[in-house]
Amino acid sequence: MSVIPDISVNVCGKYFKNPVIAASGAYGFGEDYTDLYPLSELGGISCKGTTIAAKDGNIPPRIAETPSGILNSVGLQNPGIDKFINYYLPRLKKQDTVVIANIAGATIEDYAEVAARLDSTDVDMIELNISCPNVKQGGATWGVTCSGAASVTKAVRNATKKPVIVKLTPNVTDITEIAKAVEAEGADSVSLINTLLGMRIDIRTRRPILHNNVGGLSGPAVFPVAVRMVWQVSNAVKIPVIGMGGIASAEDAIEMMMAGASAVQMGTAIFGDPYAPIKVCEGMKKFLQENKIEKISDIVGTVKPW
Amino acid sequence: MSFYCSSYPIVEKKALAGGIYSFTIKCPEVAQAACVGQFVQIKAEGYTLRRPISICSIDKENGTIRLVFEARGKGTDKISELNKGDLMDVIAPLGNGFTVPAKKDGRVIVVGGGIGTPPLLDIANMYGENCTAILGFRSFDKVILDKDYALSGAKVIVCTDDGSTGVGGTIAQPLADELAKGGVAAVYACGPTPMLKAVVAAAKEAGVYSEVSLEQRMGCGVGACVVCACTVVRDGKEQVLRVCKDGPVFSGEEVVL
Repeated sequence: MSVIPDISVNVCGKYFKNPVIAASGAYGFGEDYTDLYPLSELGGISCKGTTIAAKDGNIPPRIAETPSGILNSVGLQNPGIDKFINYYLPRLKKQDTVVIANIAGATIEDYAEVAARLDSTDVDMIELNISCPNVKQGGATWGVTCSGAASVTKAVRNATKKPVIVKLTPNVTDITEIAKAVEAEGADSVSLINTLLGMRIDIRTRRPILHNNVGGLSGPAVFPVAVRMVWQVSNAVKIPVIGMGGIASAEDAIEMMMAGASAVQMGTAIFGDPYAPIKVCEGMKKFLQENKIEKISDIVGTVKPW
Repeated sequence: MSFYCSSYPIVEKKALAGGIYSFTIKCPEVAQAACVGQFVQIKAEGYTLRRPISICSIDKENGTIRLVFEARGKGTDKISELNKGDLMDVIAPLGNGFTVPAKKDGRVIVVGGGIGTPPLLDIANMYGENCTAILGFRSFDKVILDKDYALSGAKVIVCTDDGSTGVGGTIAQPLADELAKGGVAAVYACGPTPMLKAVVAAAKEAGVYSEVSLEQRMGCGVGACVVCACTVVRDGKEQVLRVCKDGPVFSGEEVVL
């Protein structure tokens, strides 16, 4: 008799039926893949980064393929917080998955106001995007210094009782210092990594492929960097870490959890294979069965460093 | 509107002009759901992103669709290595196609530029002799699908930039001539942006409705990643929409090229 493997996890008091969350920016507001499978197949969804007012984003091209990855510079195109709350959120809340609002802003006041508006909704969690590399104002300008990250976290913490996840940028000298700074200001969790700043040039035209010149690198190319940072951060803070960056298979997700992630997010891999999150869940169950492990949370942080 | 993500057998592969390939895949549910002007996202083994390719022709009876594309990079090269009998991994059908009225009154003009000629073929198939197909290419060795268009019964005008076959120069003059004859219900176009601009302007001047199919670098292809932006004027204001999900076909009236 084989035991049914338990791949559910609990992060910040929220129950996730599986540890796979669609990463912000890769899955819109959860409406685009429902022809293939219901959103309830996912542990959760982190919605497209949302700002106080609607944003048109950057001039295209906004994407360039790279070896084992992509560069993007969408520039936070989104319909604004009102449309999120009034239109998308009620639809998302019927889907039996954890709904995470991802928020961004140009000023600390913007972040606080968006968080305050979400506080009175039934959104499950708030992910604070202080790491978007593609907008001039806001995003990563907050995430690259301890004082900037701490001040945004503090303002949002004061504006909401919802669990707050702070999404960190890898484009810093020591990501553990940023993680500790946001933990000290009351972050309930950190998620990492956002994209690594990169650039590609068309050698025929000598023009950068992205109209924004530079953009964020994601996909399997960044996976080892992400594993390293998740491992370092999970050793530096007590709050749960959500790991992401190039996860494309169950093996990758398991590796990320062994590095210290309590849950994972997937983004770029879904573009190539929309079923990737489901395959990861199936692979996790198989791994647990084969290794006689009762539940997936038992593997979190179990890497045995030399 | 619904789409599928699956692997379908290639039932025919043909090499057309230099580096351009025609694949026909057996995918009954896709063929049933598809309409003219939609596209598919093809997996290129070993690459992160799928490649968006327009549907050239739909055969609902036989449950097949035909895809014609140019191998112009490592990803499309990889796809072009597939052979008859192999499986092609696609997400399809995607996007909004051309608006073709059920009742086919009057005459229509389709204007295709280079690798923009394939997605218009089924409009010619629907209208037959009531369609004029103006097809522009760089030179004689780049001409594709002219015989397929002729088979539809449409009047075919081939133009080449260098005059090596057909009418010398761009599609502009033949289009102006055809519009001047009057009785045109709509102009449908796909091709390079300067060509689309010229088509929209000419149609506008003639007071004829037009639709254009856009191309942009895409990510997911289903509307989630918001990478393939384009600008349209709708309800009196500029809006940034997605080529993949809100398009790829937009009316010439609203699109900002």
